Amino acid sequence: MVPALRAASNVLVHVPDLVRYGSKPWRENSGGDAALAGALSRRLRSFAEAVAYPPNQVFIGNMAPGDLGEGPSPWYENPVPEASAKGAFGEILPQEDFYPLLEAADQFGLLLFGPDAPSGADAASAAAASLLEGSGPGKTGPGKRGREEEILGRIESGEALPLHRGGDLIGCVRRDHEADESLDARILLENLAAKASGAYALRHLLLQEEIAPEEIEYVISCSEEAVGDRYNRGGGNLAKAIAEMAGCAGAAGVDVKSFCAAPVYALVHAAALIRAGVVKNAVVVGGGSLAKLGMKAYFHIEKEMPVLEDVLGGIAFLLGSEGGGAPRVNLEITGHHGAGRPSTPQVMAEALVRDPLERAGRKICDIDKYAVELHNPEVTLPAGAGDVAATNYRTIAAMAVMKGEIAREEIPAFIESKGMPGFAPTQGHIPAGVPYLGHALVGMRAGDLRSTMVLAKGSLFLGRMSQQADGASVVVEV
Amino acid sequence: MDLENQAAIKKIADEVGADNLVVVLGMPGEGLRLAAETLTTGDPSWAGPLAGVSLGLPVYHILEERVRNHVPEDIYAEKLQMMEMVLDLPRIESDLAELRAAG
Repeated sequence: MVPALRAASNVLVHVPDLVRYGSKPWRENSGGDAALAGALSRRLRSFAEAVAYPPNQVFIGNMAPGDLGEGPSPWYENPVPEASAKGAFGEILPQEDFYPLLEAADQFGLLLFGPDAPSGADAASAAAASLLEGSGPGKTGPGKRGREEEILGRIESGEALPLHRGGDLIGCVRRDHEADESLDARILLENLAAKASGAYALRHLLLQEEIAPEEIEYVISCSEEAVGDRYNRGGGNLAKAIAEMAGCAGAAGVDVKSFCAAPVYALVHAAALIRAGVVKNAVVVGGGSLAKLGMKAYFHIEKEMPVLEDVLGGIAFLLGSEGGGAPRVNLEITGHHGAGRPSTPQVMAEALVRDPLERAGRKICDIDKYAVELHNPEVTLPAGAGDVAATNYRTIAAMAVMKGEIAREEIPAFIESKGMPGFAPTQGHIPAGVPYLGHALVGMRAGDLRSTMVLAKGSLFLGRMSQQADGASVVVEV
Repeated sequence: MDLENQAAIKKIADEVGADNLVVVLGMPGEGLRLAAETLTTGDPSWAGPLAGVSLGLPVYHILEERVRNHVPEDIYAEKLQMMEMVLDLPRIESDLAELRAAG
């Protein structure tokens, strides 16, 4: 079977009161700096502000990436008028409806909410509502409420962390073992957040395409969280937990990891399983990263900007067989970076862009659009981390110059035609090229786009096991 | 500039003397000026081993003409040529020249 990309879904979950549990704010606040914690909470955005934020509108498909370059900036001061939380291939969920999803994801009584906590009964999102209807084995589920003394008792004993709505305490999340760091309260919250946002993205995808969850045969998670206990830290299979929550009762699941390169690997693996005939369809899913909330918030506060890293991202892609105009995932054009090669940007660009295209007898200029790491530059630039997407496009353009495909003076025109501004939240694997796939499908259905190469790199050195970087690429085309 | 690198460069400067040392950076544009400043006038964030330590080291970027002329052609083509097109070289050159003049 020829594997094809059949659908894409990009969701965001606005969680201002969980920003404090991002790795950076958590470390800063643990130092007991009350002024810093106060500055952070004053600069958090409302749900309406997060919805009207232009890059978020691009993420869920209500605007094209190119619209960002043409619109006024800074984007955070130029909200989209009458912005909707529902997009062409995604949506934005408020925190009020995410707490019940977290609760539905919890099968071990880790969370305890008080009587005032939201139940999700009025959730505007059909995907969230349908997840709350479903039930899994051992599920505690929304509706089971704790008394305030019980919640305070858990927090005061040090076994649980508080969960808030604005200034109000509404619940807590507890550790599940006194001596196991892998089952620490904050780690478990991270894992539950990835599971719940991943299941939300997957359910949104299924509803959007009107596919019954039972039809899905295989789920690959490219989420980054290390799910496991002290004997199996990172042992994983978040995929199966997500599949279960989303109701994909017949699906097998497995995690694919390589830092931010994982989503591209996951697409290639899913497509390869379909081509080999192992399964007829597969979903690639990625839940959001709690640890990366507020990662660069202190740079933003310093510049009197709002805290822009207040959303969890979620992505889901359905792969099946060719037909009905769905673009194929072309496994003849996949790029990998060999373990013995240097990790310089030049070698990486050769491995991911030049070499796979050359092997297929194609030119760099033959690809209509390149989908690189699409980090929102408004988040990264104030922190001195550069414009990640722009640097990647210059790299590909420079590669085209070195191959003699374009002249040096044509670099800006190449970038203008084959690139786009970054629009994804800085959630590691979430910006990894793949958020463009929803836009690519729209363009391909309209006949405006023929091919895109998705490429992403991973910083393996962060884990201290290798000095290397990694990367992967694949072409999706009609 | 991260604390480990600051410590490593301080150690070398202590061993061979700051007068006998030139630093060649290979990093991209972002953070370059800050790194160069750290090695010239001291760590501006006052967090690392070079906080309050003014080494006054001359700092160059690998792509500056005076340095890249010393790189063998084949190695240059393999590892550096592309980055010359990617980075904002005129800005790197002027930033570092300014810091060297001040240092």
